[in-house]
Amino acid sequence: MAAALDIIGALLLLGGTTFLLLAGLGLVRMPDAYNRIQAGTKATTLGTLLSLAGVAFLHPDWILKLLLIGVFLLFTNPLSSQVLARAAHRSGAEKSPKTRVDRLTEDLGERP
Amino acid sequence: MAEVIINLAAVLAGIAFLLVLWRFIKGPSPVDRIIAFDGLTIVSITGILFAALAEGRGIYLDVALVYALLSFLGVIVVARFLERGF
Repeated sequence: MAAALDIIGALLLLGGTTFLLLAGLGLVRMPDAYNRIQAGTKATTLGTLLSLAGVAFLHPDWILKLLLIGVFLLFTNPLSSQVLARAAHRSGAEKSPKTRVDRLTEDLGERP
Repeated sequence: MAEVIINLAAVLAGIAFLLVLWRFIKGPSPVDRIIAFDGLTIVSITGILFAALAEGRGIYLDVALVYALLSFLGVIVVARFLERGF
């Protein structure tokens, strides 16, 4: 039973770090800052949460602290992603030539 | 069996850290660098988890929690700084 829990926890850890690897690949490959924000914050959130779940399976007595870290990450990661995107837009980060829709510029343009 | 998979996962996390570090060093604009810094801190939290697993000490998770708090504040502060201009 304990061995089965260990295997499940290790597989969850492997899945989480796979998502971290994909996030790193996205940060290297994506064309502009906005696409990098997508890859760098969404995928790392999922990867870290899966890793936390894996450690919870490996060490069930740590579950309270792991839950605390997970809830904290769920609160702060979207917030930092939004603040980063706003900072990128306001500091005039250049967009990829394939960008079709920019709602924030349209909204700002309608203002007198 | 489980140890082999955990070691493989740690190697994958290390490769992810190197990829994000490459973007941090290369990143053409300051915004790219702060995005990569955000990614580095989140990958580092997973690194602290692996350290806690290797040592078998739960006290390292407190370090991970405080690290997450401080890195989040750092990212917010630098992003606000970028918004106001240089």
